[in-house]
Amino acid sequence: MSTSSVEIKVCLGTSGNAAGGEEVLRLFRHYVFDRAVEARIGTRCEFRKVGCRGFCSKDVLVDVIINGSKTTYQSVKPIMVERIVDDHIVGGGPIPEWMAGDEYTSFHSKQYKIILGPCGEIDPENIDDYIRMNGYRAARKAVTKMTPDGVIDVVTQSGLRGRGGSGFSTGEKWRICRGQKNDTRYIIGNVGEVNRALAEGNPHAIIEGLLIGGYAIGAQKGYLYIRERYHLSVERLRTALDQARDKGFIGKDIFGSGFDFNIEFSFGTESFICGEETALMESIEGKRAMPRYRPPFPAEKGLWGMPTVINNAETFSNIPLIIGMGADWFSSIGTAESKGTKVFTLSGKVKNNGLVEIPMGMPLREIVYSIGGGIAGNRKLKAVQVGGPSGGIIPESMIDMGLDYESLRKVGSIVGSGGMVVFDDEDCIVSVTKFFVEFLQRESCGECTPCRIGTKRMLELLIKITDGTGEIEDLDTLNRLSGIMTASSLCGLGRTASNPFITSFNHFRDEYLAHIRDKKCPAGVCPALVVFMVVPEKCKGCGLCRKACPAGAVTGEIKKAHDINQELCIKCGACYKVCKLKAIKKQ
Amino acid sequence: MEKPINSISLVIDGKQISVPSGTTILDAAKQVGITIPALCYHPKVSRSGACRVCIVEVGGTLVTACTTPVSGGMEVITNSPYVENMRRDLIDLILSDHPYDCMVCQKTGECELQELAYKYSIRNPVFRGERRQYAQKDGNPFIDRDMEKCILCGRCVKICDEVQGVGAIDFAYKGFWAKVCPPFEQDLNCEFCGQCVMVCPTGALIGKNWVARGRYWNMREVESTCPYCGVGCTLSLHVKENEIVRVTAKEGRGVNDGLLCVKGRFGYQFVSSPDRLKTPLIRRRKGGDLEPATWDEALGVVASRLKRVKEQYGPDAIAGLSSARCTTEDNYLFQKFMRAAVGTNNVDHCARL
Amino acid sequence: MTNSLREIEDNEVLFITGSNTKEAHPVIANMMLKARRKGAKIIIADPRRVPLVRFAELWLQQRPGTDIALLNTMAHVILKEGLINEQFINEQTTGFNDWRASLDAFTPEAGEKLTGVPKGDLVRAARIYGCSRRAAIYYTMGITQHAQGTANVNAVANLALLTGNIGRPFTGINPLRGQNNVQGACDAGCLPNVYPGYQRVDIPLVQQTFERAWAMPLSVRPGLAATEITGKALEGAVKALYVMGENPVLGDPNTEHTRKGFQKLDFLVVQDIFLTETGMLADVVLPATCFAEKDGTFINTDRRVQRVRKAVEPPGEAREDWRVIAELSKRLGYEMRYESPEEIFEELGRLWPALEGITYGRLERGGIQWPCPTRSHPGTEFLYKGGFPRGKVSFTAVSMAPPVERADREYPLVLTTGRNLFQYHFGSMTRRAAPIESHAGKPYAEIHPEDAEHMRISQDETVRVTSRRGSIRLTARITERVRRGEIFIPMHYAEAAVNVLTNNEALDAFSKTPEFKITAVKVERLAQEG
Ligand SMILES: Cc1cc2nc3c(=O)[nH]c(=O)nc-3n(C[C@H](O)[C@H](O)[C@H](O)COP(=O)(O)O)c2cc1C
Ligand code: SF4
Ligand code: SF4
Ligand code: FES
Repeated sequence: MSTSSVEIKVCLGTSGNAAGGEEVLRLFRHYVFDRAVEARIGTRCEFRKVGCRGFCSKDVLVDVIINGSKTTYQSVKPIMVERIVDDHIVGGGPIPEWMAGDEYTSFHSKQYKIILGPCGEIDPENIDDYIRMNGYRAARKAVTKMTPDGVIDVVTQSGLRGRGGSGFSTGEKWRICRGQKNDTRYIIGNVGEVNRALAEGNPHAIIEGLLIGGYAIGAQKGYLYIRERYHLSVERLRTALDQARDKGFIGKDIFGSGFDFNIEFSFGTESFICGEETALMESIEGKRAMPRYRPPFPAEKGLWGMPTVINNAETFSNIPLIIGMGADWFSSIGTAESKGTKVFTLSGKVKNNGLVEIPMGMPLREIVYSIGGGIAGNRKLKAVQVGGPSGGIIPESMIDMGLDYESLRKVGSIVGSGGMVVFDDEDCIVSVTKFFVEFLQRESCGECTPCRIGTKRMLELLIKITDGTGEIEDLDTLNRLSGIMTASSLCGLGRTASNPFITSFNHFRDEYLAHIRDKKCPAGVCPALVVFMVVPEKCKGCGLCRKACPAGAVTGEIKKAHDINQELCIKCGACYKVCKLKAIKKQ
Repeated sequence: MEKPINSISLVIDGKQISVPSGTTILDAAKQVGITIPALCYHPKVSRSGACRVCIVEVGGTLVTACTTPVSGGMEVITNSPYVENMRRDLIDLILSDHPYDCMVCQKTGECELQELAYKYSIRNPVFRGERRQYAQKDGNPFIDRDMEKCILCGRCVKICDEVQGVGAIDFAYKGFWAKVCPPFEQDLNCEFCGQCVMVCPTGALIGKNWVARGRYWNMREVESTCPYCGVGCTLSLHVKENEIVRVTAKEGRGVNDGLLCVKGRFGYQFVSSPDRLKTPLIRRRKGGDLEPATWDEALGVVASRLKRVKEQYGPDAIAGLSSARCTTEDNYLFQKFMRAAVGTNNVDHCARL
Repeated sequence: MTNSLREIEDNEVLFITGSNTKEAHPVIANMMLKARRKGAKIIIADPRRVPLVRFAELWLQQRPGTDIALLNTMAHVILKEGLINEQFINEQTTGFNDWRASLDAFTPEAGEKLTGVPKGDLVRAARIYGCSRRAAIYYTMGITQHAQGTANVNAVANLALLTGNIGRPFTGINPLRGQNNVQGACDAGCLPNVYPGYQRVDIPLVQQTFERAWAMPLSVRPGLAATEITGKALEGAVKALYVMGENPVLGDPNTEHTRKGFQKLDFLVVQDIFLTETGMLADVVLPATCFAEKDGTFINTDRRVQRVRKAVEPPGEAREDWRVIAELSKRLGYEMRYESPEEIFEELGRLWPALEGITYGRLERGGIQWPCPTRSHPGTEFLYKGGFPRGKVSFTAVSMAPPVERADREYPLVLTTGRNLFQYHFGSMTRRAAPIESHAGKPYAEIHPEDAEHMRISQDETVRVTSRRGSIRLTARITERVRRGEIFIPMHYAEAAVNVLTNNEALDAFSKTPEFKITAVKVERLAQEG
């Protein structure tokens, strides 16, 4: 057997790191050296750290590519490395029981990874890897061969819309900014939670996009705004920026064109509102992150009072592709109104959690069942919440809808931060709504009345309902609050904060009524509304539940049916969980 | 250089009006006599659009009148049922987190929130729930800061930073528990100009010494000029039962246009100090004490002693010092007295000190 | 002020020297900050880090007593760089060429040596001021309370003339008046050499006018300045003194000297609202009314005549000052008949045309700035519009002279006196306002950290400050607001009266203003007393 090339790729995103990726990579290096592998097989082994490929629940993921044929191992632990080296790399025999299975394939096969693709393929800490994959070619083309207006035209024609929330046409935003009279302009890359994988796996794409954008609007300076806590993202972006500077892609006289452009970091704190564009600008200016009123919009009067473009990091990642492959190519992906792909974080009750990139318009059903692998424990799908904390809750009956800006808006949801949470029949919709509102209340900046007090009152009413003391009028009050918040809040947070309530109330009115009128939580989640009872016919009197109950509410003699004292029961559900005979029922 | 001003025509509640471009809806409405309620807007500070009370309807959507510039052909409705209900609900929301203690609140009668609650007749609020409650009180001697009454309009934060250049207070915390306070919630330690007190729409910021000294409508207001430095700020002295119980300044009056410093605003108590001289005093024996006397006796002594010196040593042995604190009239009369009645030019005052 | 307060916000450059505006004239500082928000540049020249420094484009921290060097160097640079306003100089000034020669020595290098300010900063300041035609100068006692005070003022004026930054809106030479009615007291003629309206007593024509108006022969001899009276009392030339609303015992330099002088008087009468330190030495004390108990006018720093209105009844038998004076005058055989302050004001207006157009009636609508010669005149926002009253004004060559006192081995520190934000003057009013007194009721001396370390003085420690004339005790406040080698003591506290230390002999030759900004002192820890 002749081996001409060996490549070992270890996933070192945040999750890969946490699962011990660094150690795994070190051990691969160690054993390859220790066993004199390179001498024995007669070729050099290439090692690559790669970014996240989305399938984080099975980290550490390792690709072993021999002569171009790739085998992916999942859940690789340090102790497994030695055998992979010995059996597979040296011995030529892959180890089937450790290989990634069907889930991994189906998770990926339905996705369309134009921007996440390179993550997991290239070494994010090595600019040459990126350049080898045509990196910075689009920037060179834009800066040396195209006019700024030409760039804006292409971006506009591509139909690209902002990936950070509102879905405003990116080209249009750039054009407005470019049209302002001021000489000083700024461009800002908004790197949010959902962008971390991008920043870690393919940081140069963000930088290149920012550079092209800077050229197009005539900015002298760009900022990368990122939460300080995202250490790995910061580190990778910083390394990438240094390398781009060394190559002369950032700095003075870029590509000999006379165009000067610099990029700086600005760090935010761990608060949701920091991601809102005007609060973000306040934060860069050194003030407390509180949104500004609009108009004027940032593109007219933004950072330090100058015209400013703010785009999401994912939006920027699309730019090099659009310039490189053309507007037509890009607009061939997606729907009539929503072009390209979108990254979502799929979580909740699906089998495969992780980061997914889909062409715009893909039916929700396909995401849940094909990519997500269906509902864990084969339970029944109840709803999907799309768009982050202030997204809408979409019931099972509607999951044939496609995911794009228009369809989501129609059902009262948003693309938002790209969150996607799947709920099954064990989830209580009222509790879920309460959970989101709680987050939004905590994260409201507190500046404007409807959001500051409105979210609080909304939360109080939802707590009241889940506590079993809700009244029918509370639903009117909740609707009234939703109306105020949506119509009169200062920024997007307040304006969208009632989406979870509005959508869940529209689709799950019965569940609200059950809590209020019947004092029942159909999903059996709200502690105040559940009753745990022994079914005497099934109980064999084993006593397990008696021992498990922390409140001493279960009584009964061995081998005789037990009983639960409802006065003492604290609804913790311990008995329910320990009973092997399903002799305890929850109502 | 001033930009050329373009005029913009629009319609507000059916009234046609032309205003310079850049004018906000709020200001434009004012010009046709329509007052839009506003809690966070204040002409002295930059706008924030925080309270949302000034919402109006433009083309079916709500915008805040204080921040939105007019545009050509705009049709603004300030009082549709939609707007009025929304406004009512916003005030209701604010009240749901406000102590209902107007009957003992010093701000009563001047409170902008009370005024709106009254206007919208919010007796039984729709919204109810937890209220912010704070145990800690600020120990500074000038300003009572009752943050339970604060509606987070931000006027104080802005005037302190933008107008006073101090920045002693800022927003802290988030969401419902957002709060205006000095760094680390220490006691306020600033210039105590009281500018924040002036702009606060509610009873959250009140002069400590005003409390329980009377209701504003039971006071007489006298406009006068500050007795301290040479700026000459115009003051309103609020008088109750022959005592000054508060000093304020009115926007649009005098060079200070509503602003004051700590001395002008909080330095008035000397007027009613028990140390004030109440009768003439005479030292009847050299080395003796000063003893009360009648005006007649005192003036008699002064006149005869001055006369004696003048007769013995000539008028230039007498000198007079007048005062930069006294009125122009007093000063005029003093020098006239020295020059005409005594006959000397030995008259001066403390201009150089 | 040549110009108006309301113009401040539209200044392009504000050159503030020797004025702690933020504390002494807080509301003017508000206007300056507004100008800055509108894009104006602030330059501050002050030995102390005054609070406005935080907002300054440039801060020149000169050594005390080197203002002339600083101002002359700026003029030198403006000349050299051709930033002068030739048209203005030709049309409205004289003496330019002679004066110009006097600046030769003030190169930036020399300026740096004399003032301790880096030459680059001097040049930048000159450029910023010189390049603007909407630049105004603001100053107070930091310029005037020096033995060189008059020369300082001339040097300031030269800068404005050189650039033509006077006689138009948003420019000017603007001394800020310290007390509410200094302007009014001066305007009303409470000065030893002039009648109301600055009309000289030694000009016969003027004298005759006033003799006619007052129906009394008047003296042609200019009188004594306030700061000269004590000396004359000690000599025995002044025998009786009438003090109305002043406290010279605390206010005049060298308290011990003042006290001795006053004790030597045959007769002292004091008219005031409180029993002051001066009142305690008096033979007769007359209870007067304060601003809230009488009608009248104050004239502020931008020449604005404004009404004072009676709001409350005076305490006990206290009487309005004008009534007391009129009664006394009658008893001296010179009848004064007035029904109200308004009549007095009208009489003043008849004697000085600048006030003639102003009536109490007109003042109801708000203050009016003099000159206001007729009933329909709106008042004058800025002076010297379209030229100076005496035709052309002259540049005045000013040269540096050292201050009277200098730090030496025995008294190694330089003391500057002044105000803080909370108290006012000698405290008779503010110290009786409970919140102010509880917040800022303790005397203190500001000492630079390095000096403090050198003398092993710690924060809030009680220290003794001594000059050649006396000593006081107060608390040390260690702060970088002062320069090394200098200390600052506010004037407000009788229990640590700073004029115990100051020098009555260091006076400006022309204005007789004391040199309050430079006194040599030493500071000692009390623990060393043993
Ligand atoms: C509360 C709130 C949080 C937001 N957080 C983010 C964020 O983390 N990242 C982001 O790109 N946009 C965020 N946005 C949206 C931004 O305000 C802005 O619309 C976006 O950065 C524009 O970029 P785009 O045009 O590329 O979407 C947030 C908006 C709101 C109202
Ligand atoms: S909507 Fe919420 S987050 Fe946005 S400004 Fe208002 S309070 Fe702040
Ligand atoms: S204290 Fe008053 S002025 Fe300040 S934010 Fe609160 S309500 Fe507004
Ligand atoms: S007054 Fe306009 S938002 Fe508050």
